[in-house]
Amino acid sequence: MPVFGVPVKRVEDRRLLVGDGEYVDDVRQAGALHVAVVRSVYAHARIGEVRTAAAAAMPGVVAVETARSLGPLNGPFPHPTWFPPAKALQDIIHPKLRPEVIRLLADDKVRYVGEPVAIVVATDPYLADDAARAVEVDYETLPVVVDPERAAEPGSPLLNDDWGDNLAAHFVVDKGDVEAAFERADRIVRQRIHLPRSTPTPIENRGVVAVPDRRSGGVTVWSASQQPHWLRDGLERVLGIPGDLIRVVAPDVGGGFGIKSMVYPEELIVPTVALRLDRTIRWTDTRSENFVAATHARDQIHDLEIALRADGTILGLRDRYFVDAGASNVECLVCPYNTAAHLPGAYRIPAMRLECLTVLTNKTPNAAARGAGRPEAVFAMEGILDAAADALELDRVELRRRNTLRADEMPYDQGIPYRDGVPEILDGGDYTACLDDAIAALDLGALRRPYEEGARPGRLFGVGAASYIEGTGVGPYESALIRIQPSGRVIVTVGPPSQGQSHETTFAQICAEELGVRLEDVRIVQGDTLALPWGGGTIASRTAVVVGNAIAAASRGLREKVLRAAADLLEVAPGDVRIEDGRVSVVGSPSVGMPLGQLAARVAPGIGRLNEAIGPGLDEYDGFQPPTVTYANGVHACAVEVDVETGSVEILKYVVVHDCGRLINPMVVEGQIMGGVTQGLGMALFEELVYDDDGQLLNGSLMDYGIPRATDMPPIEVHHRETPSDRNPLGIKGVGEAGAIPVPAAVISAVGAALRTVGAELRTVPVTPARVLDALDAASARTQPVEARA
Amino acid sequence: MAEVTIRVEVNGRDHEAVVEPRLLLVHFLRDVLGLTGTHIGCDTTSCGTCTITLDGRAVKSCTMFAVQVDGRSIRTIEGLATDGRLHPLQEAFHEEHGLQCGFCTPGMIMAALPFVESNAEPNDDEIRTAISGNLCRCTGYANIVRSISRAASTMHGPSYAGPTASALEPSARD
Repeated sequence: MPVFGVPVKRVEDRRLLVGDGEYVDDVRQAGALHVAVVRSVYAHARIGEVRTAAAAAMPGVVAVETARSLGPLNGPFPHPTWFPPAKALQDIIHPKLRPEVIRLLADDKVRYVGEPVAIVVATDPYLADDAARAVEVDYETLPVVVDPERAAEPGSPLLNDDWGDNLAAHFVVDKGDVEAAFERADRIVRQRIHLPRSTPTPIENRGVVAVPDRRSGGVTVWSASQQPHWLRDGLERVLGIPGDLIRVVAPDVGGGFGIKSMVYPEELIVPTVALRLDRTIRWTDTRSENFVAATHARDQIHDLEIALRADGTILGLRDRYFVDAGASNVECLVCPYNTAAHLPGAYRIPAMRLECLTVLTNKTPNAAARGAGRPEAVFAMEGILDAAADALELDRVELRRRNTLRADEMPYDQGIPYRDGVPEILDGGDYTACLDDAIAALDLGALRRPYEEGARPGRLFGVGAASYIEGTGVGPYESALIRIQPSGRVIVTVGPPSQGQSHETTFAQICAEELGVRLEDVRIVQGDTLALPWGGGTIASRTAVVVGNAIAAASRGLREKVLRAAADLLEVAPGDVRIEDGRVSVVGSPSVGMPLGQLAARVAPGIGRLNEAIGPGLDEYDGFQPPTVTYANGVHACAVEVDVETGSVEILKYVVVHDCGRLINPMVVEGQIMGGVTQGLGMALFEELVYDDDGQLLNGSLMDYGIPRATDMPPIEVHHRETPSDRNPLGIKGVGEAGAIPVPAAVISAVGAALRTVGAELRTVPVTPARVLDALDAASARTQPVEARA
Repeated sequence: MAEVTIRVEVNGRDHEAVVEPRLLLVHFLRDVLGLTGTHIGCDTTSCGTCTITLDGRAVKSCTMFAVQVDGRSIRTIEGLATDGRLHPLQEAFHEEHGLQCGFCTPGMIMAALPFVESNAEPNDDEIRTAISGNLCRCTGYANIVRSISRAASTMHGPSYAGPTASALEPSARD
């Protein structure tokens, strides 16, 4: 019975539905102490004295720690998520890079509001909170810089005095002769595009529990993490004990979206102090802390220039863009270079020059979040296409159609390196069909009619579309250990944990299909560094591709072992044995055979007869190393109505046409897309983190920062196309981030098109009523239609 | 701070506890009674993941003190399935893929419970309004709306006489 490609219901649901999920804050440990964190209230200040005596004397307080009290334990350490890019990429773009460090607690100065300065450890979370308020910190405030362009200028306040400037990274990517392209252009269009700062906001905040292991001298750490193995590596350096003595477990995790792929100071402090006190210690993030101390997203400013022929054909593109990294560029070039790699997207662009300046400012560090530089790239590229269409007086969708790569051009070399340094060769998909299908699915005739017939006075109608490509399934490697138990159960152990991606279902589907066992007999073990010491994390739309193919490889190897062992026992040739529904039997004589569990018992060491040809037990460990990423693609299209009186935007219909290769489970894929679109709609309609000039976050709560509610959602249609990848045996491409990537671009294109019908212009998001009204006011267009109505 | 004795019925069981007046109800449920199915996602009563029912009404348990529930009756997600049989809401969330990470799910289900008990045929807009105080960042809500609609049909259907048996085993034959 095939299970690959089938929308089977989820294996992981039951415990989560009855309240038996175990998220990190649910991990119960007797005698645990609780941590409260004292955070900086200033965006930039020298730290003077930190007075802790009053706090230390309060009820229940066991310890108060500062950078000074921790001494050398405090660091600075090399930042655990700052990895320089592949050497092959560095050899091409020769980036200027500044290595980042991490401190457990701020030492000489604070660089953003929310930075940890001290911690209180107490017997009860309420008492820890009480005492944290009694810690007094002397601050000498310093000039603050919140604007990345200003931060890049000489004379700006410096985040790191020893750097001499705030430039965390700089690189240029060139393709073709861009000067010549601009010289022969019929039209050159320039546009500034800003995708503002937002935050991924998983409903579960962060959290850490650390239990010292007296027997080994090590520590067990539970963390709400997408990257338990990177945290283990970071702790190895910070704690100075071998990594095998540090067990990091990501239990059930309540959403990640990138925010839990960092290694945070809190994740290093809690185990450090647990070992120092020899006590179990726990810390749970509050939402208020999460807003200022967990990483933010987006926040790029692009100055784009595009060279065009009169018919709209793109000849060349220049882009100089700022990435506002906040107070620490914690992931090096992940977002900055992802943006460059994805800027050309689904389009044919003969010549390009892309220059990136990644700059530090006195704001919360900004890093990867669902899409990681790709929504920014798409927003910039589609934004300049909108501006170009307007300048040429061409339909916005038609301009895209003329420049979109055709299926007969695949595979297509974009002429720049991907982040792994491998040439960016798009490996298939019918991009123009995606665009045409998306527009057709909108059924514009019916949607547009009321506006054409004057039935919606004071309301403007607009259509927008945006395409994307996404390099998915980045390596370097994943592995899987599969063991068939004498009970017949099959245990598959992998590294990266799930934060809602349905690993326990989709990974089991792959194993069941490849091995020939029943889905309900497969158990997935994940996110535990002791169970499998290697894992690259659940990030970058990679686990289905890389872990999935590792499971397929190990399943296929194990299948061969099973066939040989069964052939030996049944005294037939391996080619005469079949495996189906967890049973081996002789081809043509289905009654001659045995359940896999029985076979496992027969060849288990110490119990059965060891088959020297296959070794002890029915186990297999194998892995998958992708040659490079595989490119998923898609087009989102929407139709909107803008109310000129209130400035409100309603999305009438939203269509997704996407291609992520072979689908493991269509139900899960659609769920991932729908969730991504919803996060994208948040960026498009509501979400923007606003800082004042002093570096204070003005809307750091869920009362002030609006994420989409059930009542905010438009009708969304999802259409799958399946172009198998030829870069992995299963033919799959990643999908976790795709849904979010083109949404802000599609929505602003539609809203901008609607506003353009009355001469107004809007090119940024979120398209709040205030912003729409400002655009209408600027065009002096607001009163006319309203009066016309009256 | 003077401690207070409270008596409260939770999921059909009577509990007596001595609590600080400032102890939030959600912390009482999680840390005193060990009912960790009720989650905490914010500190402004915005996300709804801590929703329980109090005397049959959906309430955000982070916005009440434990002392306020003295003498009252509470139901949490742990009290929904009976004798290993899932409640129709739980079953419907499974059938309609109404959850991904599962963190908002207990609150979402408890917010929906009084609503579906009193609405036989809710339309999608009514369902969306009913759960508009509960945030989900994974699903985009469409499957949650379908789940609640399905549960309402089941619970007000002719053959429903309490929680049903559920085969939660994944099946390739779906």
